Amino acid sequence: MGQALHYYDALKQFIEARRQQSGLAEKILIQVGSATCEKAAGSDLVMKEFQKLIRASGRDDILIKQTGCTGRCAREPIVGVFFPGQIPIKYERVTIDRVQTIFQEHILQGITVPEFVLDKKTDKRYDYVITVCSSEKCRHTKADPEKMIMDALVKEGVPDGTVRIFGGGCFGLCANDQAGKQQVMMVFPERVIYTFETDEQLEEIIHSHFSQKQIHSKYLTQADFITEQFFSMYGDVSFFNKQTRLTLRNSGLIDPESLVDYVMNKGYEGLAKVLEKDDPSWVIDEILKSGLRGRGGGGFPTGEKWKNAITYTNDPTKYVVCNADEGDPGAFMDRSALEGDPFIILEGMTIGAFAIGARRGFIYVRAEYPLAIERLEKAIAKARENNLLGENIMNSGFDFDIEIRLGAGAFVCGEETALMLSIEGKRGQPRLRPPYPTQSGLWGHPTVINNVETWANVPTIILYGAEWFSRIGTAKSKGTKVFALAGKVRNTGLVEVPMGTTLKEIIFDIGGGIPENRKLKAVQTGGPSGGCIPIDKLDTPVDYDELAKLGSIMGSGGMIVLDESDCMVQTAKFFLEFTQSESCGKCVPCREGTLRMLEILERIVSGNGQMDDITKLERLSRMIQKASLCGLGMTAPNPVMSALENFREEFIIHITEKRCPSHRCAQLIRYEIIEEKCTGCTLCARRCPATCITGRPRQVHFIDQKACIKCGECFNVCKFDAVFKI
Amino acid sequence: MSDHTKLDSEIIKFIDECREKEHADSYLIAVLHKIQGKYGYLSDVHMHEVAQRLQVPSSTVSGVATFYHFFRLQPKGKYHISLCLGTACFVKGADKILEAFRSELGIELGETTSDKLFSLECSRCLGVCALAPVVTINDQVYSKVSPTQAAELINKARFEEAA
Ligand SMILES: Cc1cc2nc3c(=O)[nH]c(=O)nc-3n(C[C@H](O)[C@H](O)[C@H](O)COP(=O)(O)O)c2cc1C
Ligand code: SF4
Ligand code: SF4
Ligand code: SF4
Ligand code: FES
Repeated sequence: MGQALHYYDALKQFIEARRQQSGLAEKILIQVGSATCEKAAGSDLVMKEFQKLIRASGRDDILIKQTGCTGRCAREPIVGVFFPGQIPIKYERVTIDRVQTIFQEHILQGITVPEFVLDKKTDKRYDYVITVCSSEKCRHTKADPEKMIMDALVKEGVPDGTVRIFGGGCFGLCANDQAGKQQVMMVFPERVIYTFETDEQLEEIIHSHFSQKQIHSKYLTQADFITEQFFSMYGDVSFFNKQTRLTLRNSGLIDPESLVDYVMNKGYEGLAKVLEKDDPSWVIDEILKSGLRGRGGGGFPTGEKWKNAITYTNDPTKYVVCNADEGDPGAFMDRSALEGDPFIILEGMTIGAFAIGARRGFIYVRAEYPLAIERLEKAIAKARENNLLGENIMNSGFDFDIEIRLGAGAFVCGEETALMLSIEGKRGQPRLRPPYPTQSGLWGHPTVINNVETWANVPTIILYGAEWFSRIGTAKSKGTKVFALAGKVRNTGLVEVPMGTTLKEIIFDIGGGIPENRKLKAVQTGGPSGGCIPIDKLDTPVDYDELAKLGSIMGSGGMIVLDESDCMVQTAKFFLEFTQSESCGKCVPCREGTLRMLEILERIVSGNGQMDDITKLERLSRMIQKASLCGLGMTAPNPVMSALENFREEFIIHITEKRCPSHRCAQLIRYEIIEEKCTGCTLCARRCPATCITGRPRQVHFIDQKACIKCGECFNVCKFDAVFKI
Repeated sequence: MSDHTKLDSEIIKFIDECREKEHADSYLIAVLHKIQGKYGYLSDVHMHEVAQRLQVPSSTVSGVATFYHFFRLQPKGKYHISLCLGTACFVKGADKILEAFRSELGIELGETTSDKLFSLECSRCLGVCALAPVVTINDQVYSKVSPTQAAELINKARFEEAA
């Protein structure tokens, strides 16, 4: 055995021993989410309160730890309670009051508090939970795997209400040649995975497991199941079990600041494998074969990029860079990944550095992400302490170190050439490519820049193999993609799905549909560089090429759901305003062109548009797309173009009828009080932020239209429907 | 005023450390972050001192400071209001909240009121889109803010100041 594996084994043994010593396995564990979003929702207070109660109880068998964000934003803060050998219980929207109840009833007396359980699906504690893969691939076999299992349970006479069944997302276990033949299911609390093909086999498994209480080893799958840990914690929540967590598998599961936790979940095993093999070209080959493409927006094949960095140059100085600038104004995938599992990024970068022969790496993070920065700093320090960064990593002779560099709020610095200038301490203005960074990057040396999520995929591919990875996804888009689902959807949050999942599945099966009985109007992907997809195209799968065909892009993962109350002209204007203000000003088409376009949109939303404005917008768009120097300019017109393509009618109504069909454009609406209906209750006057409503109590009120800022508060608060919107 | 004082010794130490490293001038942005972290903004005097200590032209320092939106060239107000203008917050009406702040304070984004009490800034998605629209005042996060509430927050602060 070589040095690296030797080192890794020793590390793992040491950590295992520490864990044994702590007696963790026998203790009750309370896990509190602690990402930025959870903190904003009050998780720090929750943590403190639990700590106080634990101290007061004088018990030493209760542990508490922090974890990253699970992505279930709408329900934060989330608290997990683990009793040894039992199915973990997750609580949602935990407040100080809820902490009291959970502690008294659940922790001290062992009684679950059903009212607070995440997604309230659990009204009681089940003896067993079965998660069955119901992804498209497996579904070809049986019409409805959940029903099939239910039938088998009933036939076996398993008492009603003791088992809960869930259809889950792809476990990543199926082999290509087996697709459509096999069915995979996981049974808790034993956490075993069975694979079966026929009804008879299923019945055999059920008989053995539930009646004889014996694990049926014949159908047991020994395969290393990458998302097992995540599924065993969250597999019973419908928001999660339709997802396939590869890059986010540790987020919400481990303490992001704990190297022990990371290593216990296969952390650094991939790096050990790479250093042991000691063959950079093997690493590049694996990444090439996996079909991994960049997750930062462009979708360039990662393996090819790495190969370019060594093929055309013999410069001994090379760099790797992690792009954590996350510029899309509506997205937070990368932040969550960094806050939830920083070590996986470090490991990915170290593997990449080894592959191309770099000895220094940089993580370029937005300054707006203080918690992510703090966690990265801690992770880097721990990795250095444990010989996982620095000189002679894992005693293999390979040297590599990582430095953090902060962005300073310039969207354009997410563009790779601008990013490099910013790392060099300069103004981040893009330059023409070629030369590409892999030819001439930081300080003129070959540099590989990849997105956070791209790096996060690397250790997994190395560990489970390119062949395994390439089985997940579509023909040309492999693996999974993380999206930040937001806007008019019930379950907002982070979702990670296999490529090829349809937008409909994401919005309805995972996102839970549109709230307030409103109608879905469009989905926006790709943020300021992307476009909107109308409802008749919701069957489109998430795939680089399919989304591009529709005039949108995969982008970095922003996904905003719009309903009938959203105005497409306003939405297009919102994105253009953003890119316009972020244009670096270096080239005229982008700097002046976006300004002209914005002026036209301003005209349209204020009721001064003319019909030829539409042609002007289109002409400007084409010019900017063609003549801009960097991606910011080239893609800036996309939101407008795609809105014009799919919702042209809406533009025309704004222009010809001076009307906003969604009642969103402030200058095209008016609020008025209907004399006959107003009771003079004074509520609107008290609420109006512009104090422009006058009237004596019990007398009709009036709105001063000149001072009104069209905020709609009066309309929202009047209990007598006396305010109307035109 | 901190304007006229020299840089803090800790920051000077940091600059000296950077000067020892390879590509010393690449740490300019990091130094500016440290100064803003300490003083709340970048004053002319401080930028000048950075130029001298890091041995880069003054024009480079001010060029960088003005290029990046994160750097503030004026002090923050006592109540620093940061309004999320991320996509989700926009979709849920952040523009109306902005309008409420504007009309209440009489200032635009990036400005500070003349009494130095309030400054108004926008941020991008904080990741709490479920709570949109989101406003942060100093370190306090307010979620699902309505235009009325925006005006009330200002009035409450004014009241506290007067009391
Ligand atoms: C205006 C603009 C902004 C960008 N912002 C980001 C960003 O925030 N994060 C990112 O990873 N890539 C961003 N990119 C793409 C990067 O230039 C680069 O392609 C990417 O980091 C490469 O990594 P990948 O191949 O792993 O995706 C941006 C590109 C442009 C043109
Ligand atoms: S396209 Fe826009 S952002 Fe890009 S270099 Fe030109 S002006 Fe700058
Ligand atoms: S809230 Fe309605 S009823 Fe009351 S004063 Fe205003 S308009 Fe009249
Ligand atoms: S829309 Fe807003 S500003 Fe106008 S009258 Fe109503 S509450 Fe006042
Ligand atoms: S857009 Fe405001 S918090 Fe996400």
